[in-house]
Amino acid sequence: MLRIEALPEPSRTMALAAPLIATGITILISSLFFLSLGFNPIDTLHGFFVQPLMSLNGLSEWLLKASPLIIIACGLAIGFRANVWNIGAEGQLILGAIAATGIGLFAPWQDSVFLLPSMIAGAIMAGMAWAAVPAFLRSRMNTNEILVTLMLTYVATLFLSYLVHGPWRDPAGFNFPQTALLPYKATFSVFDHSYRLNSSIFFAIAAVIITWFFLERSFLGFRMSVGGVAPNAARYAGFRSSTAIWVGLLAGGAAAGLAGVGEVAGPLGQLSAHISPGYGFAAIIVAFVGRLHAVGIVLGGLLLSLLYLGGETVQLQYGLPSAIANIFQGLLLFFLLGGNFLINYRIRRIR
Amino acid sequence: MPPRLELSGINKAYPGVIANDNISFSVQPGEIHAVLGENGAGKSTLMKIIYGAISADSGEIRCDGKLIKEHGPAVSRGLGIEMVYQHFALFESISVVENIALSMPDRMNLPALSAEVRTISKKYGLPIDPNALVLSLSMGERQRVEIVRCLLRNPKLLILDEPTSVLTPQAVQILFETLRQLAQEGCSILYISHKLDEVRTLCHTATVLRGGHVTGRVDPSAASASKLARLMVGHELEEVSRPATQKSKKPLFEVRELRLAAANAMDTALQNLNMEVFGGEIVGIAGVAGNGQNELAAAMSGETVNSDPDAILLESRPVAHLDAGQRRDLGFGFIPEERLGRGAIPPYPLSENALLTAHRQGMTTLGFTKRHRAKDFAAQVIRRFRVKANGPDSIASGLSGGNLQKFIVGREIHLSPKVLLVSQPTWGVDVGAAAYIRQTLIDLSRSGKAVIVISEEVEELFEVCDRLYVMSDGKLSQSIDRKTANIEDIGLLMTSGAEYDYRETNIA
Repeated sequence: MLRIEALPEPSRTMALAAPLIATGITILISSLFFLSLGFNPIDTLHGFFVQPLMSLNGLSEWLLKASPLIIIACGLAIGFRANVWNIGAEGQLILGAIAATGIGLFAPWQDSVFLLPSMIAGAIMAGMAWAAVPAFLRSRMNTNEILVTLMLTYVATLFLSYLVHGPWRDPAGFNFPQTALLPYKATFSVFDHSYRLNSSIFFAIAAVIITWFFLERSFLGFRMSVGGVAPNAARYAGFRSSTAIWVGLLAGGAAAGLAGVGEVAGPLGQLSAHISPGYGFAAIIVAFVGRLHAVGIVLGGLLLSLLYLGGETVQLQYGLPSAIANIFQGLLLFFLLGGNFLINYRIRRIR
Repeated sequence: MPPRLELSGINKAYPGVIANDNISFSVQPGEIHAVLGENGAGKSTLMKIIYGAISADSGEIRCDGKLIKEHGPAVSRGLGIEMVYQHFALFESISVVENIALSMPDRMNLPALSAEVRTISKKYGLPIDPNALVLSLSMGERQRVEIVRCLLRNPKLLILDEPTSVLTPQAVQILFETLRQLAQEGCSILYISHKLDEVRTLCHTATVLRGGHVTGRVDPSAASASKLARLMVGHELEEVSRPATQKSKKPLFEVRELRLAAANAMDTALQNLNMEVFGGEIVGIAGVAGNGQNELAAAMSGETVNSDPDAILLESRPVAHLDAGQRRDLGFGFIPEERLGRGAIPPYPLSENALLTAHRQGMTTLGFTKRHRAKDFAAQVIRRFRVKANGPDSIASGLSGGNLQKFIVGREIHLSPKVLLVSQPTWGVDVGAAAYIRQTLIDLSRSGKAVIVISEEVEELFEVCDRLYVMSDGKLSQSIDRKTANIEDIGLLMTSGAEYDYRETNIA
């Protein structure tokens, strides 16, 4: 018989070993799975994890996709630590992208060096404004921020759709639902014209550093974490929950807005109806795979980005159906998140 | 006849501590057997091993002469071993009978079960309403639910872990009657406690534990209290001393016509409370659990904010509209009765638990925490208040209840507040630590500070307080001078409350 026992203190060994165990189990199960469907597991796993990173373009794409995931996950983690559940980062990203595009296309200071910085500031503020709505409603009227943030994502999507189909549609764009291309000064410079990776990657690095200091070293971060772990202790100490709600949501909104400008002023170069392949939602997974910790989020973002690329590679290279690529991604995330259980509990066999 | 329970050579080690070291004893049928020891002596671990909730590293357990091989709570229940934990395992949002039914998978017929609950509760003098929601019950009533739940299974051995820490003097008497009746019917009782008087009045035999091993087997009614204490603590207990004091001219803390509507059906509304506390004195608030003490404590601490600023005055300054942090800034300190999750953050190290309220003492600069300051502070508290912990990095939830309480009390006193409110200061704390905490509170008041103690243990209040108020049904009595008061009168003032307002018609 097996029994689950809570550990008196979280296991440090397991904190490191759990992801390795999870990866091992995923490789084992998915290999059997690939075999049963007639695919060579070694080739397939190679296609997933190694092949995307074998070329400079692959590496560029890897970091390019990881960057928005990491930025958003950093912002979300600040809220999640305080039990503030912002699941509408996708909408906040869209608002950021809209604001950045609006400034980039229509601001009167088109030739100024401040064009791109003003787009960045505008995007951050737009993301924060979108997140301020649930923050206001939660702190004043105790609404559920999960529902409000999620629903506002649909509003944002429809608003984006209206803009790119209507007033902002590029007149010379053959009726495609997209805006005109942003002028050169309104985009992030690339490191090399053969690859899409651009200077917005520095924002991801900055976001990680700021988040680390905020969560691990700042007093506000401590207060917010206390509110998440032990709300009664926070109330006992007089830490205001409204502060946690506002900071938690605004951090997520700012990060998502920043990721939004990174997309439109980066690889996309314009606003279209589909500016995000779900970065705002995937970042939630990244935040949890990274255990709401800045360093973990970097690893989580790199992993998820690799899974995206690997999924494409195996479809193109080995003809794996996209559903199977998704199942593999799901398996890995499932075991990674489930593996965290081993940090706080142990399974014992009783004789 | 073989003993009901026989332990031989029980060992259990946790990383860093030996909780049980070669423990052996036996309990006869119908015997009330005390396991006496300080917090951290290994009592709770031992009981969990007996019950099968955790497994021993080595050693044998025999029940009625039969060796238990594969142990577990289900095995225990099959053998007729039942346990009432110190921290109750009840779901608050469902009714008493539903809670009981959950532990008896074969008994989902609620009306029949309710009837049985009533029969048992009448037979053993444990009044309980099967249809009441658990969250509306006081701690004492919750304990009855736990006991009735065990009794429904006709136990052969009943384990009670610190059962009286939540009871009034009268309720303790009722519990003792019940236990004696059970013992007479042949049920063995393992009674875990650190309270010498109780063990001496109730128990037939006592096994004393200290630091994980047995230090004595005695007949408690024959042994002197000081001998028991010596076995338990390892040295003589110091008497609490209460030197004379000079009261401040003006009260440091006042409650004026405090009113608070009940937030929900389970809370008690506070009705026009008045109270004043001077510097240099300790004032007690007595009362049976659930008569508004929690609401009053939250209102005084600032966890509940009042719209009328003048309802609470701190050094003549209106503070009722301020939150807990702002009141702390003005010199108010508070020790709540719940340690884990309120007074302390369970998964965090002690250093960060120091930061929780002591951050005012220069532990932050420019919004960043100075972690070495927090560590120093925690280390000082650990040293000054003799907290048993592996330094400031120990996780709060890893400490025993009494040690965590010492840490929280120490943290708040180390902050040297002008007014300190303490709720249940020695709830589940061992004798040595309890005496120390009481003395510390007295010393704090004698240094000119105002101390308010809310406690359900009247003896404790008589030991430490200069004046008393009694709380009943959301109202406060007049101030009572301890010198002229006696415990019986206080008990009567307390019992006008809801707990004893028990009528058969309520449960029909």
